[in-house]
Amino acid sequence: MPRLLELRGVSKSFAGIRVLKDVDFDVRPGEVHALLGENGAGKSTLIKIISGVHAPDEGGIIQIGETQHRALTSREAARGGIATVYQELLLFPELSVAENVFLGHAPRTRFGTLDWSLMRRQARQLLDSLDSHDLDVDAKVSTLSVANRQRVEIAKALSQNARVLIMDEPTAALADADVRRLMIVVKRLRERGVGIVYVSHKLPEVFELADRVTVLRDGALIGTLPIAEVTEQSLVAMMVGRDIAQLFPKPVPNIGDVILRVKDLAFGDRVRDISFELRRGEILGIAGLVGSGRTELALTLFGITPATAGSIELEGRKITITSPRQARDLGIAYVPEDRGLQGLVRPMTIAQNVSMAALNRVTNGLFMRFAAELKLAADAITRLGIRARGPEQVVGQLSGGNQQKVVLGKWLATNPRILIMDEPTRGIDVGAKSEIHALMGKLAQEGMAIVMISSELPEVLGMADRVLVMHGGTSVATIDRADATPETVGAAMTLATHSMEMAP
Amino acid sequence: MSTEQAPSFIAKRSGLVRFVSGYGQEVVIAGAIIALFILVSLISPRFLSANNLNTIISGNAYIAVAAIGMSMIIITGHIDVSVGALIGVLATISGTLATAGYPVWIAWSLPILIGIGINGIVGALVAYGRIPSIVVTLGMLSILRGGLVSITGGAWINDLPPAFHLAQQRLLEVPVPIWFMVLLTLGAFLWMRHTAFGRSLFAIGGNIEAARASGIPVERRVVQVFMIHGAFAGLATVLFATQLRIIQSTVPPNLELTIITASVIGGVSILGGTGTVIGSTLAAILFSAIGSAMIFINVSPYWLRAVIGVLILITVLIDMARRVREQRSAKR
Repeated sequence: MPRLLELRGVSKSFAGIRVLKDVDFDVRPGEVHALLGENGAGKSTLIKIISGVHAPDEGGIIQIGETQHRALTSREAARGGIATVYQELLLFPELSVAENVFLGHAPRTRFGTLDWSLMRRQARQLLDSLDSHDLDVDAKVSTLSVANRQRVEIAKALSQNARVLIMDEPTAALADADVRRLMIVVKRLRERGVGIVYVSHKLPEVFELADRVTVLRDGALIGTLPIAEVTEQSLVAMMVGRDIAQLFPKPVPNIGDVILRVKDLAFGDRVRDISFELRRGEILGIAGLVGSGRTELALTLFGITPATAGSIELEGRKITITSPRQARDLGIAYVPEDRGLQGLVRPMTIAQNVSMAALNRVTNGLFMRFAAELKLAADAITRLGIRARGPEQVVGQLSGGNQQKVVLGKWLATNPRILIMDEPTRGIDVGAKSEIHALMGKLAQEGMAIVMISSELPEVLGMADRVLVMHGGTSVATIDRADATPETVGAAMTLATHSMEMAP
Repeated sequence: MSTEQAPSFIAKRSGLVRFVSGYGQEVVIAGAIIALFILVSLISPRFLSANNLNTIISGNAYIAVAAIGMSMIIITGHIDVSVGALIGVLATISGTLATAGYPVWIAWSLPILIGIGINGIVGALVAYGRIPSIVVTLGMLSILRGGLVSITGGAWINDLPPAFHLAQQRLLEVPVPIWFMVLLTLGAFLWMRHTAFGRSLFAIGGNIEAARASGIPVERRVVQVFMIHGAFAGLATVLFATQLRIIQSTVPPNLELTIITASVIGGVSILGGTGTVIGSTLAAILFSAIGSAMIFINVSPYWLRAVIGVLILITVLIDMARRVREQRSAKR
């Protein structure tokens, strides 16, 4: 089998710590090779060695075609046909699409000036070959959506005759429809003989696209296998290094009486006519496509965008919620979709973040009681399994999963009765994900009522006791756990216009 | 186990390490002041005379006092470019009251109340009007500066009653401005660190959306911190207006910049969310010491602003580098 790229026995240390240990990796023409692992497993380091950003330690060999290298410079990598589409797209927003595609290797006229017409024509051809006929080569990149910017990045890679294309979490920031289009592009590139290294946290994508998969854990190679020889379960086990008997460990629910009754709730026309009941001990899943009004519903329930119509009853008492402060005082907590934006104050410590919504618990009228605050944080660290040096560590230094646990800890410190979680496991690794799922199950069992918004169908199906499906700002179906399948929920999400393909 | 007992891993790092890493900027500035005193006194021993030290510290105490309020404003994620003009206006009001025969305690305290009132309006425009503080305070700067010159015609106030000169008096042999500076700095430091109010200001400056979502009354706190800042501007005015025999009815040039600079060099991040008021007070002393040192070693004092400018750039660069490093270490 010919190989475009082969790494043998590659290691890398930073400041004496080996983050990559004796790894073998290869890419064949016309394959999608998925690279998996938890955060910190060494994926990024491996990618950076391949693209010439980091030089590996002595001893390993990097072979491109027939040439062997001890290390690559980014120039050698580019000349060897290796291109990378990074998670944070590296484009120049004030330049046009064509200029971005050909930046650094623009075609020239005889006189040495830029050949604009050739440049625009070639950019057009490249984009057409990516099925992006609607993308204007003269548009400023700053005006494009994330999905279109990504296509510009891919076109840029192809313009340099890339034979190995590395895609680092390409779907992390994309809406569902754009994910589907991207997958078509990836398949098309594969048909053209490009070898694709595909890094992703999302297993359904991996199963749809990949020909082979390589799993790293703690910097070591766990294995490279054809996709047919692995299952979702076995991949997760390889990644986290322990058998997770069940991907969604849901204890037997202990559902009590109704705590929240929402009737005809509305916020402008973004949320309309929403009615539902929530019971103690219940996890109510809210499913829907991006833009279906799921997050808007949460923001309205929490008082960030107060309701413009409808009624809310909490434990039989009619209430109106006009601010997050009021929602908090009523015992409602909200773990937001974007923990960086609405969840955490990054320069502050774990203790300061955990106590932020419960300052009344750690003051005596006026003055802070630091011992009580540290105790509160230490309890959260223990209870949620936050991996940190201690309560006085700055949260900006924690990994995504641990940051999410700090946000959760902050809201549990308020002793809420209703917990709204918006995308509770977005962007965190598989291990932390299942820990958070286990916590949610436990909290519900202890009597907390949970509203869980998620765009991951497996998560909704795995965790929710009931699923409220939203479309166009309103609820279109409520499905009990027993009846919730990818087909029923998916059909409701898309209003049955076409059924969703989604791995169970 | 008692409920108040913190777990053992909290106390792992030694007290000294925690102190230096938590108050790095303050330690650096204190070190710079000491180094400066040693170096200059080697060249000119008179630099360390009691008289000169008194001039250095008490002459600039009003800047340190105003910088306390400014630090709180910047920590909350805002800025006030009108504070110099406000001090000019309040000083004129104070002097006018004193020469008009009102008791001196009214001449001292009324400017503080007016400062609170004016900055309450600024704070309300910022918090409820949703106008950026730089815009509101630029407007306020023009109003105060223009209004002052129009009304007074730039006339000086003299014939101030002797009892008015609070800043020239001493308490237990120590000049009154030093008492003001030390007590207000310590009080504000403890207030910011040990109250839920202070904590909420750090939270708002660190991430306003997270603070709001956590139930902190963001708008009310912003108005309150502007009013507190107004009170400090009034207290600074008391020192500023009473230290000389005359009051110039104009706005002291660049005073707001000097005050903002003291906060920034003192370690208050211009992006909000971090810093202490001790740093800004030390920075105010440092400026004063540099200015005095230049005279002693025969460098034109006009270089003072250039030296301070270099200090600002170095401080902000260090702040940015620290943030980049934190973000990097977070990605691992």
